[in-house]
Amino acid sequence: MRFFEFEAKQLLARRGVPLPESRIARTAEEAADAQRELGGDVVLKSQVLSGGRMKAGGVRFAGSADEARGAAEAILALPINGQHPQGVLVERKGEIAQEYYAAVTWDGRAKRPVIVFSDMGGIDIEEVAEAHPDHLSRTHLSTLRPLSDYQAKLAVARTGVTGGDLNRLARIVLQLARAFREHDLTLAEINPIGKLADGSILALDAHMEMEAEARGAHRALLAELGIPEHDTRQARPPTPFEVAGAEVDAQDTRGVAGNVTEFSGSLGLVIGAGGGSLTLFDAVRSAGGDPANYCEVGGNPSVRKTAALTRLIVSKPGVEKIAVMMNVVSNTRVDIMARGVIKGVIEAGFDPADKIAIFRIPGSWEEEGFAILRRYGVEYVDRSVSMHEAARRAVAKLAGLDGG
Amino acid sequence: MPDGLFIRVDIAESVQGDPELVQRLIEVCPVDIFDRAEGGVATVAENLDECTLCDLCIQAAGDDRVRVVKLYAE
Ligand code: SF4
Repeated sequence: MRFFEFEAKQLLARRGVPLPESRIARTAEEAADAQRELGGDVVLKSQVLSGGRMKAGGVRFAGSADEARGAAEAILALPINGQHPQGVLVERKGEIAQEYYAAVTWDGRAKRPVIVFSDMGGIDIEEVAEAHPDHLSRTHLSTLRPLSDYQAKLAVARTGVTGGDLNRLARIVLQLARAFREHDLTLAEINPIGKLADGSILALDAHMEMEAEARGAHRALLAELGIPEHDTRQARPPTPFEVAGAEVDAQDTRGVAGNVTEFSGSLGLVIGAGGGSLTLFDAVRSAGGDPANYCEVGGNPSVRKTAALTRLIVSKPGVEKIAVMMNVVSNTRVDIMARGVIKGVIEAGFDPADKIAIFRIPGSWEEEGFAILRRYGVEYVDRSVSMHEAARRAVAKLAGLDGG
Repeated sequence: MPDGLFIRVDIAESVQGDPELVQRLIEVCPVDIFDRAEGGVATVAENLDECTLCDLCIQAAGDDRVRVVKLYAE
């Protein structure tokens, strides 16, 4: 779940990270009052859960209360990427001498958190990584050992920063890494960190995202930030298809058959098992496939629930076939899954032999499951066929090629 | 579509006159396939395909009084 900038900055402020003085305004009048309190030049920023605010006109400047009122009126009336602003952050504006970038996120390949730091902040960090790799450092962190000042310093020093700036920036980076770890964040980013003309260093913008599954562990923190339990903070509102997927998952407490994300392709996916969903989704993409959805199935969902999920996916406009694939399962039964998907396909008015491109769920009760699949003429494979190969066959079958 | 696409559960007539067994069947089935009906017991159509093949009903009643049929194996 993503935090608004003003909330992310509250998390930083609690840790002593220096920030520009600011006020959150919900109305244009409050923005005018904020300018009066702060005095001088201010920047007004739209509070939306989306990037691209500057380009969209969601960031404006003002030097008086009247200008602030006008800027806030314009910002509050401006949706950005379909999102209506939840307020305007009014901040004191300073002269920036240099901008830096700092983030802590997960490195999926290294399976560890990583500090990414650059002395070229304020711009797209991917661009810096590509065009100026010598201006960007990556410093991996342990998931077990405590964070140390040294690691934060190393991350900054690797870009050539020295002296007092090194110490001040390292303190910010260390606090960012601590916030990342203690709040179960998936991303903690400050872009830019600004060095002002007077030499002070401030976090000028902040972007933080918390692991959605960790919300329960951070109820007190979220309550302190004023975030209600029903506020899911998805980057975009869920589509009707995704809402229906959540309803399927909520229909009984047995297992998981939901967490659906909508895509526009023609291959429906019923996938899951211990990280299998992500692997299988990627496998379909790397085989040239075009998924209609992402989803997560596991923990031995009921036949009813699997059938409802399958019905939803197979009935989605544009879906030509579905691929039913999981990693080797131990706590999900193959025969129960086979019953669920076949039932869902039949209930949606289709022939399982035609609609199911491939069934690759090896594991518990697989012989029983394979007997069901044989009865309905569904092509299935066991664990001797890898997830990637199964995905390739499903994609080939959809393309009208012989998948085998 | 039949009551269950994959599973049928046959209950012998003799079970109906045995209230203790009726109660046990209702208790042992983990997916609520048995329920009271007209003083005896009947299967719940919408739950039949949830059968886990655990055999608890058969252990309770004996395989001559309750039979769990896999329709896909017929
Ligand atoms: S085998 Fe188990 S799940 Fe199936 S009807 Fe009997 S008790 Fe219920």
